[in-house]
Amino acid sequence: MVTEIANENSAYRSALRELTKVSGEPSWLRALRGRSFDQFEGVGFPGVEQEEWKYTNVAPIMRTKFTPVVNSNGTALSKRNGLAPFIYEETRDSAFVFVNGIFREDLSSCKGLSGVVALDLNDALQISEYETVIRESLERNANSDNNGFELLNIALFAGGLFISIPRGLNLRTPIQLQFVSEPVKAGAPAAVFPRVLIVGKKNSAATIIESYRATAEGIYLTNAIVDLVLDEGARVQHYKVQRESAGASHIAKTRADLGRNAGYDTTTINFGAALSRHDINVTMDHEGASCSVDGLYMVDGSQHTDTHSVIDHRQPHCTSRQLYKGILDGKSRAVFNGKVFVRHGAQQTDAQQTNKNLLLSSEAQIDTKPQLEIYADDVKCTHGAAVGQLDDDELFYLESRGINPSLAKNMLTYGFAEEVIERIKIESIKRELDEAVLNRLHTSL
Amino acid sequence: MLEIRNLHASVDGNEILKGINLKVNKGEVHAIMGPNGSGKSTLAKVLAGHPSYEVTGGEVIYYGQNLLEMSPDERAREGVFMAFQYPVEVPGVSNAQFLRLAYNEKQKHLGQEELDPLEFKDYLKEKAKLVEMDASFMTRSVNEGFSGGEKKRNEILQMAVLDPKLSVLDETDSGLDIDALRIVAEGVNKLHDPEKAVIVVTHYQRLLNYIVPDFVHVLSAGRIVKEGGKELALELEERGYDWLKNGNAKNTAAPAAS
Repeated sequence: MVTEIANENSAYRSALRELTKVSGEPSWLRALRGRSFDQFEGVGFPGVEQEEWKYTNVAPIMRTKFTPVVNSNGTALSKRNGLAPFIYEETRDSAFVFVNGIFREDLSSCKGLSGVVALDLNDALQISEYETVIRESLERNANSDNNGFELLNIALFAGGLFISIPRGLNLRTPIQLQFVSEPVKAGAPAAVFPRVLIVGKKNSAATIIESYRATAEGIYLTNAIVDLVLDEGARVQHYKVQRESAGASHIAKTRADLGRNAGYDTTTINFGAALSRHDINVTMDHEGASCSVDGLYMVDGSQHTDTHSVIDHRQPHCTSRQLYKGILDGKSRAVFNGKVFVRHGAQQTDAQQTNKNLLLSSEAQIDTKPQLEIYADDVKCTHGAAVGQLDDDELFYLESRGINPSLAKNMLTYGFAEEVIERIKIESIKRELDEAVLNRLHTSL
Repeated sequence: MLEIRNLHASVDGNEILKGINLKVNKGEVHAIMGPNGSGKSTLAKVLAGHPSYEVTGGEVIYYGQNLLEMSPDERAREGVFMAFQYPVEVPGVSNAQFLRLAYNEKQKHLGQEELDPLEFKDYLKEKAKLVEMDASFMTRSVNEGFSGGEKKRNEILQMAVLDPKLSVLDETDSGLDIDALRIVAEGVNKLHDPEKAVIVVTHYQRLLNYIVPDFVHVLSAGRIVKEGGKELALELEERGYDWLKNGNAKNTAAPAAS
């Protein structure tokens, strides 16, 4: 048994060895990678016996012999060849492209981003000012609570990206982080470890689009971590669009730390992957911060999607809003676990959380657990979850106008998704998602 | 156009309609009046095919076809329209998308030309004038956040777009102020022509000042207990419904309206 585990992890270990050979990496990072990997070997991938992973079994990931991608050798993707459809109209001059998790400056364009610092993590580490920030972020988030996926990401990320929005800059052009998966030459399923750190300096404002796509259907693992650190008064609008290949596993963590009066609004769309798990943690450890943490998951067939969110009110006068909606068809399964913590002394907290699920098939299954923990007494908090089918009165209303029952059903399902999609402020994302929803429903409007 | 013969219907096992007979020819406007609980809204919903109402007897013939065997959407495509007493909100679906889809479903069914979004926009703009509805209502979700009056106007807008042969207005006057009532009624009148028929279901005579019926039928306890011309409505306004109850109606001669 022990030797078997050792064998299963041997590809990860040799990837680590290769990474530590990369010249120029600071010694603290090498040490951190090593420590994290040892820890990973100790704890392994999370199992269903753990409360946070109770409904999501990652055994298929554990069983698959993935080859970690540590460099960009052997990729074929080019601007002329397959990349263009993934880039949004609004981000033609502001798209950072990652192929199999590795940042590719040659495929990226940042003409539209003057004033913004955007560097390959390895390059940013050579500049002491940035090295300090990166180190702080990496070390702060490498602790004993980390699960196997986070540990593996710390150990094996390669070619990440560092973005810093300078003080006071109100960036009108949205930034796209496009993660593209491409079959690796060897033919073995790839494991990729994207890593991004975004810093919003005081009173800056920016929009980030984080998008995951594949050039071909296939089996691979994305294990991503995106950290956001927002200083006082900084604002970030963050869209995450996960449309991975149908055979993929997508494990991702988004972490946002909000400074005083900072604002973080995010919408996560989970449509793709056979197995997806998104952990989103927003920490408000300074007064006056606010966030909205919205999302939509739409799954069918045997897809499994899991969202675990933590919104942590640690200081007074912070506001959070959360609307997560889910549409499940076929034998799909979804998990929503939304924790809202209101810590001691976090008075005047204003928190609202809603999770609504639409089950289109009797075989689909949702496990939803909104969880509000309040340790302060002067707060305004509401939460709720709903699971249901389409409304009979709405169906009859549409049918009474001549719309056949199956089209009526699809229109209402589309309408259900729209409540999340219509809040998105970038037209091409909205269009893309409208189309994706309608395609999924085999409907056109 | 429409013939209702000895129609019985129940909801949750309670018989509401106990033998309705009614004949509607094209060009005619019929008013169905009656006290609360008399079954007039049930009649409207049965005609539209609402699934909560079970037809337990009788038949409804619409242009030679058995209407009761048609699904609600088929009825609509064949030209039957019901304006809802309580129009339903449909979040996330814009009024324009909804109306175009409904319109094109009907056009497809009739083998007529469908309209693309741009063409439909022009068509819709014309129709919206009828009920004095602003263009902003077209991009909003169906009925979501509409006031009571706006919802009713939206019903008549749908009627205008779908151009039905038989329109059943279920208490369209309820909850309307006098201006909205006038707009709604004028819309209905402008849409009326000798090829179409309208059934107005209402508790009050008020709406019938604007939409003048050719025939008035009074329902009580699931049966039509009195029939007459438009003057019957005025009489009901004056005398209330009580004198028609307890089976007295058939024996009471209606005095001529002044």
